[in-house]
Amino acid sequence: MLYYTLKRMFLAALVALTVSFISFGLLYLSSDPAIAMAGETASDADIEAIRQLYGFDRPILVQYFDWLQRAASGDLGKSYYFRTDVSALIGERLPTTMILGACAITFAILLSVPLGVAAAVRPNSLVDRIALFLSVMGQALPSFWFALMLIVFFSVSLRLLPTSGSDTWLHFVMPTVVLGYYAAPAIMRLTRTGMLEVLSTDYIRTARAKGLRPPVVLFKHALRNAIIPVVSLAAVQFGFMLGGSIVVETIFALHGAGFLAWESITRNDLPTVQGLILVFSLFYIVLTFFADLINAWLDPRIRIK
Amino acid sequence: MTVKKYFSTFLAGTLLATGFVSVAQAGKSDDTLNVAIDRELESIDNYYNTAREGIVISRMVWDGLLYRDPKTNEYLPNLATSYKWVDSKTIEFDLRKGVKFHNGEKFDADDVVFTLNYLADPANGAKPARNVNWWTNAEKLGEYKVQLNLKKEFPAALEFLSGPVVMYPNDYYSKAGPEGMALKPVGTGPYQVTSVEVGKRYKFKKYDGYHTSSPKGSANIGNIVMRTIAESNTQLAELFSGGIDWIWKVKPDQAQRIASQGEFTTKNSSTMRIGYLNFDAMGRHSKNPMNDVRVRRAIAHAIDRDGIVKALVQGESIVVNSLCFPSQFGCAQDIDAYDYNPEKAKKLLAEAGYPNGFETPFLAYRNRDYAEAMINNLNAVGITAKFEYLKYAAFRDKVQSGGAPFNFGTWGSYSINDVSAITSHFQSGGKDDYSKDPEVIKQLGIGDTSVDPAVRKAAYKAALSRISEEVFMFPLWSYNTWYAFSKDVDFNPTPDEIPRFFTAKWM
Repeated sequence: MLYYTLKRMFLAALVALTVSFISFGLLYLSSDPAIAMAGETASDADIEAIRQLYGFDRPILVQYFDWLQRAASGDLGKSYYFRTDVSALIGERLPTTMILGACAITFAILLSVPLGVAAAVRPNSLVDRIALFLSVMGQALPSFWFALMLIVFFSVSLRLLPTSGSDTWLHFVMPTVVLGYYAAPAIMRLTRTGMLEVLSTDYIRTARAKGLRPPVVLFKHALRNAIIPVVSLAAVQFGFMLGGSIVVETIFALHGAGFLAWESITRNDLPTVQGLILVFSLFYIVLTFFADLINAWLDPRIRIK
Repeated sequence: MTVKKYFSTFLAGTLLATGFVSVAQAGKSDDTLNVAIDRELESIDNYYNTAREGIVISRMVWDGLLYRDPKTNEYLPNLATSYKWVDSKTIEFDLRKGVKFHNGEKFDADDVVFTLNYLADPANGAKPARNVNWWTNAEKLGEYKVQLNLKKEFPAALEFLSGPVVMYPNDYYSKAGPEGMALKPVGTGPYQVTSVEVGKRYKFKKYDGYHTSSPKGSANIGNIVMRTIAESNTQLAELFSGGIDWIWKVKPDQAQRIASQGEFTTKNSSTMRIGYLNFDAMGRHSKNPMNDVRVRRAIAHAIDRDGIVKALVQGESIVVNSLCFPSQFGCAQDIDAYDYNPEKAKKLLAEAGYPNGFETPFLAYRNRDYAEAMINNLNAVGITAKFEYLKYAAFRDKVQSGGAPFNFGTWGSYSINDVSAITSHFQSGGKDDYSKDPEVIKQLGIGDTSVDPAVRKAAYKAALSRISEEVFMFPLWSYNTWYAFSKDVDFNPTPDEIPRFFTAKWM
């Protein structure tokens, strides 16, 4: 298990490094950050001053290694836009995104795993059809449309929930539903498929023949095996929610890390974008790493391989 | 029309058609005007942001030595009681006594001298530089008397001193600096800042100690909360659900639908921003058809500006024939106009040696629909425009490096009511200038440096006439902004696109 863990950690570090280098190169090549920083009303002198002040005139590799060296010591630089420390900025915005991501993945799992299990236990039944319907709907509904429809009904019409902001837990209800519902179909379909496969295996037949109670067979023996790919998928979905909730954060004016990422890209705030990419990629890597460990714990064959 | 536009229309239609709109009066009941803005401000220190919303906040929180009345465009005394041109490069100001900053600091000559000298130092990086780079220094002549020494003749000085150049408290700012000012702003303006959540929310309270002699007048509404809501549909939903009382930059179709319901007030105002076509008249990019004045005139006749204004730009926008906004000082209006005449355009193209038209690159960075309408107009006379739609930064980079022989841009003049903020910017031989015509440069130079209004007007008229005659640039139309707000609010927009919340009141 130790060798397996070390190997996964080494691979994770390589992925983080590759992601940071590629993103840095793409950001640098996309446009001149000095022009974007200076704004529409800036003169040529303003732009040139900014270019020299921030060292944009240096070769890209020099700039990258300079950034990497500082990042390694925990200094992600200063935001070109807000003129504050990137780490402080991300630290300020990340809690909103993490709360949203945690609520959304919980909602997605609570919705999709029971439905997936129920659909597998009674294939082609009404429950299965409802699960299929919800799954197709979840995949087909654009999240911005779904979000705005929820706003129309729950905020504007019924006045039950606040439209935007992040002041109270009520502000997170609609964003959680939108983000969680988007992730639910994949988890649900994978749970159903996994359960169908496991329920038809010999050891489940044996367990039933031994007279074990159906819930024990279902949750202790079947689900434990069927859930393995679901854990990996949920980890990836959670990573997506932490880094990719831009649309939801924008519509509900949540001012989380996703919204910050989007805004920083549009204004070429390179240190912030680079810092966020590092944080998001670390989330993915850590989550995938833990998913691998959980899977290895659930199924010893994985760590032996 | 893009998918998003369709959706916005659909959402507004859904909200309005289903009768979901019922006006909440939360704002009036607690004397708080809730305002939505669509972008995160980098800082609300007046000298370290370039956003329009920053200008709006600046007018609320700080005062200048003078104040331009947005209706009459007259320069009125504000923190200065009077001014005097000592010579063409020196202005003396008598300052108002009894004014106090929000933190209780007394306003006097030390604040003015500190502010102006701080801004004059390029090392401090105040931006935009052109707002603050035209004077050498300020000198204290007495406790309430200062002298401003200009680098050269700068007739637009009063315009800048009545708008973007505002006064800071010397004691506070020398300790707090831009970072401190961004978090706890202190000014003499009609509103004081009570809370800053960077990029998210700003709270303002009426300043009870505001000096009564200000031409801005005291604020009427007790509190203002300004929230960043980037998505326009969410802003609309907040307006309908009563969470927000005032929004702006509303899309024309949404504004019309909102207006038709009668539940909210919608107002439209023309802005100082104008659209233009810029041509490579001097062959800076390459030898190309735009080098020929007959081609440029043909394009001027080919564009149906009235039709585009009517169908797309809408609101109070107008077709402009001079390369400036009509209210700007020196913006001569008796300039020859180019009417929409495709036949004449074809004839001019034939004379120029292009009877079957030609193909040209065409760059733009905003208003894709307007650009596409112009491309259709050009197609109708045989010109094939290869459209390149870029982000602003990339557009500006390409234009200024000489890579755009034919482009569609816009310019807002920083809300400076003077021709020097637009015509001189584009046609004085700088990076945006694709004609570099000696006569135009000479006339603009006279206009930019004379302090005699008559001389300035004559020089600008000569320059604008030549620009029009040679079609170095072709002015298109002015832009407009739609505002929507609660029926409880009495608000009047101004053409400089700077909402003055201190003049708003409850109905």
